[in-house]
Amino acid sequence: MLTYIIRRFLYSIPVLVATSFLIFTFVSLTGDPLGRLRANPNITAEQIHSIEHDKNLDKPVIIRYGYWVRDAVTKKFGTTLFGNRPIWPDLKRVIGHTLQFILSAIIISLILGILIGVYSALRQYSLFDYTATTLSFIGFATPVFWLALMLQVLMVQIYLKWNIRIFYTSGLSSSVGAGHGIHFLIDRVQHLALPVIALCALSTATYSRFMRASMLEVLNSDYVRTARAKGLIERRVIMRHAFRNALIPLITVVALDFGGLFAGAIVTETIFTLDGMGYYFVNSLFASDPYPVMAWLMVVATMVILFNLIADILYGVFDPRIRYE
Amino acid sequence: MSSEQVRDELTIGPPGSQYSMPPAEGPADSSEELTYQYGLEVEARSQWAYARRRFFRHRLALGSLIVILLIFGAGVFANLIAPYKYDQINLNALSAAPSRHHIFGTDSAGRDSFSRVLFGIRTSARVGILVGVLSTLIGTIMGGLAGYYGGWADNLLMRITDLFLTLPLLAVLLVAAKYLGHSTPTKLALLLAFLIWTQIARIVRGSFLSLREKEYVEAAKAAGAGDLRIMLRHMLPNTIGPIVVSATLTIGTAILLEAVLSFLGFGIQPPTPALGALLNEGQDQGIDKWWLVTFPGIVIVIIVLCINFIGDGLRDALDPTQRRVRS
Repeated sequence: MLTYIIRRFLYSIPVLVATSFLIFTFVSLTGDPLGRLRANPNITAEQIHSIEHDKNLDKPVIIRYGYWVRDAVTKKFGTTLFGNRPIWPDLKRVIGHTLQFILSAIIISLILGILIGVYSALRQYSLFDYTATTLSFIGFATPVFWLALMLQVLMVQIYLKWNIRIFYTSGLSSSVGAGHGIHFLIDRVQHLALPVIALCALSTATYSRFMRASMLEVLNSDYVRTARAKGLIERRVIMRHAFRNALIPLITVVALDFGGLFAGAIVTETIFTLDGMGYYFVNSLFASDPYPVMAWLMVVATMVILFNLIADILYGVFDPRIRYE
Repeated sequence: MSSEQVRDELTIGPPGSQYSMPPAEGPADSSEELTYQYGLEVEARSQWAYARRRFFRHRLALGSLIVILLIFGAGVFANLIAPYKYDQINLNALSAAPSRHHIFGTDSAGRDSFSRVLFGIRTSARVGILVGVLSTLIGTIMGGLAGYYGGWADNLLMRITDLFLTLPLLAVLLVAAKYLGHSTPTKLALLLAFLIWTQIARIVRGSFLSLREKEYVEAAKAAGAGDLRIMLRHMLPNTIGPIVVSATLTIGTAILLEAVLSFLGFGIQPPTPALGALLNEGQDQGIDKWWLVTFPGIVIVIIVLCINFIGDGLRDALDPTQRRVRS
């Protein structure tokens, strides 16, 4: 097992290197970051040349890639193209916020998805099952950003009609009177509730559908029949024999869904103006600055690769049928 | 078609059983009716006819097809149906809530939201269908080459797939769309097609990889058929089911992606009404004008929902081996 983990870990290093090269070529090929400056008549050719020289933009792509990797490793992604602002302090702050946000979304949608999926499978073709199925189909068709907008609309209408504020519709904490300790926590929850609900909807739909299918498959398997035949009570059959085995494939689904949650974070954070990775990404794109964009993509790729690594290892731990030789 | 296959599909049964055909209506030659009733007379049907029958039996898919035709039709004929032009300004109704005159309300410039949604459907449907057609074409060709020959096509396909496994598609799309600048619907559709063809390509590749080992392909090779003939006459027809299904689903994906790009301001720009762009404007004009963000979104949800149901129906119709029983 340990050798597998080490080998799997070493294998992800070349993947990461290849990804960094792909990211760099992709972002550099898509456009000229100085295009806006060139179009500006107040900036002379010399000024542009000096920026090009400082940032090594006049060199071929492969050499620039080398410089970029050097900066990324030794200077923590270096500075932005415009204004020379260090990238890492900003990025570190938003990563913290977004991880809070995404991890709470994963945990909530896992709990909901598992409960709904298992109950639907146990009561197949019941009213609950049909309702859950219908809702999940609607969930698959609903764009995350529109759901976020509708939640905002709903809260604003409630506020306008009855002057009640249940959740806040923008920001991460109140700028005044956020308080400390428990008050700060409540304030944070009031701010994060709507974005988390918007982000959870799609994942909950995915997980519950998957859990239902997986549970149904396990319930029809031979070892569950054996467990019933030897006279175990139904509760024990379901909890010890069926449920635990049905959970295993869900690990893969969650791991594959992880990248999608970052896409969800891009839209929800923009709508709710949360100071997180998604908002940072969109702002960097609007500023046409390739360096924070590349740093962002690199951080996300690393996290996704790491998450998949953990999922692979967990899979091996929980499913003894899988042998890593 | 072998007689056994025909019997399997028509399943002869006595009248009244679930398999029997309804008796023909009206007076008919009694002997003819008898043979018909007992399924003794067999009508020859092509594979497509069977697929069509299976699809039409899938009520949800059929209903969705009708709804989607209505919605897309309303978009195509928007200039005939829409009560106002999409840029027509009504100064007497600025930011008006839905009423008899403006059933979806108006925006802050007094433009009728219902008409703008109709024209938005036209743009979004055009993007969706264009992406569906283009990415299916590219995907089928590249996937076919990758599955049949391996080599550079396979390498390219797998590297792009790797990229999308580590990076969120939306992030890649945003970077690409940003540098395209102000997008026309056609430009955006091209961009989307060039980034999402890999999904269909992977399906075709997988299918071609397994078909390559089939006896009938070997037989065709032994009979001296060229590579192109084997791919087009023997392998492609056996992959057409999954291709049609994923082409349909791609239209839905494309409409969703177009909406999110336009909403974030990287897609279709304001003067052209598109469903995502309408939501962007709606948010800019203040979230308290709920009608501006509610209706375009509902239309997106209905379109995508229907496309997903049609995809399910097509899967059942074209690919009976993969039929999912009431899942």
